[in-house]
Amino acid sequence: MAQYLLIESRDPFDSNDVQNFYGLASGLAKEGNEVTLFLVQNGVLAARQNARFAALGAVASAGVEILADDFSLDERGIVTGGLASGVKAAPLDIVIDQLAQGRKAIWH
Amino acid sequence: MKALNIIETAYRGTLEEQDDTIVWLTHALKGAGADLDVLLRANAVNYAVKAQKVAPLSFGDRQQKHGPDIANDIAGLIAKGVGVYIVKDDLAERGISDDELIDGLSPVSRDGLAKLLDGYDHVWHW
Amino acid sequence: MADKKTLTFALMDAPYENARSTTALRLINIAAKRGYDINVFAYEGAVFLPFAGQQAHPNPVHGHDAEQEDHPLPKEWVEAVIKEAAKNGGKVDWVNCGLCVDERGAGDAVEGVRRGTPGDFWNMAESSDNTLVIPTK
Repeated sequence: MAQYLLIESRDPFDSNDVQNFYGLASGLAKEGNEVTLFLVQNGVLAARQNARFAALGAVASAGVEILADDFSLDERGIVTGGLASGVKAAPLDIVIDQLAQGRKAIWH
Repeated sequence: MKALNIIETAYRGTLEEQDDTIVWLTHALKGAGADLDVLLRANAVNYAVKAQKVAPLSFGDRQQKHGPDIANDIAGLIAKGVGVYIVKDDLAERGISDDELIDGLSPVSRDGLAKLLDGYDHVWHW
Repeated sequence: MADKKTLTFALMDAPYENARSTTALRLINIAAKRGYDINVFAYEGAVFLPFAGQQAHPNPVHGHDAEQEDHPLPKEWVEAVIKEAAKNGGKVDWVNCGLCVDERGAGDAVEGVRRGTPGDFWNMAESSDNTLVIPTK
């Protein structure tokens, strides 16, 4: 089992390809890997609980840890209490933590 | 150390550079002794289409000598021993058939990417 | 330092074009505060991040002169993370892709930036605990 850090900087409203990256995160988790999906920049726009976009729920159900950069959330006025189920706010330091752990890191 | 260069973006600056900057980088890394493969995905699957043809540009009296030849640059990677994977689903979505492609590619399904990534120490998505 | 790490970043975005270059420098800043050794390979437009010719400007829309505006200059952020890493026992080895510099006329970089090749990037990655590529689009 390997450990992966997938960083999504894009949002599904602007880029169809985001769904493929979510799919890769789910696929890696289903293969038995430990996977974190870290949302940053406009990537956090998918994380509002009222967003008309449910794909993150399926990613969480696949066993992926989903974190959203707290700075990017604040920048866009998304409050922590308003996050979709399965998404947690986190500092960017987590990315450095996981890089330092040696996780395979993929930026999208 | 083995790395996988994933190329997603296509035709970004290729006319100015007369190549794709990541295909070029892959050639340069291989030349420097790197052990790496390439995965063409999303719009970059079009880089494997044989029929790509670009006449050198001209602006006023300024005539360029070359246009990019990206399919040949990809074929050159294969000739150097770089494995070039290509996502079948992305080809199908864009209506690209197998007979349009250069030889030597390794097709992979989108569902198969998780297994493919297992074989690399680093996965660099450009 | 027992938990000292070496991280390599490859950057591609030119300044002022995308949030990615800012996020990249935020990440490098975090690593610098930890005293990590940090390698940066600046490819294509990213060679302009440490360009010494950047100048702050006034902002008439904000009603600010240059001093009041304090306009962000990525070259100053690059200088600051280099100093921050050194202060904490680490270092930043910032390599600008030489051919990318030449085609853009971006040779005038702040102190601490050197010219290099893709081979430097590979060597950096091989000698690091991890590598993150932050591409452009």
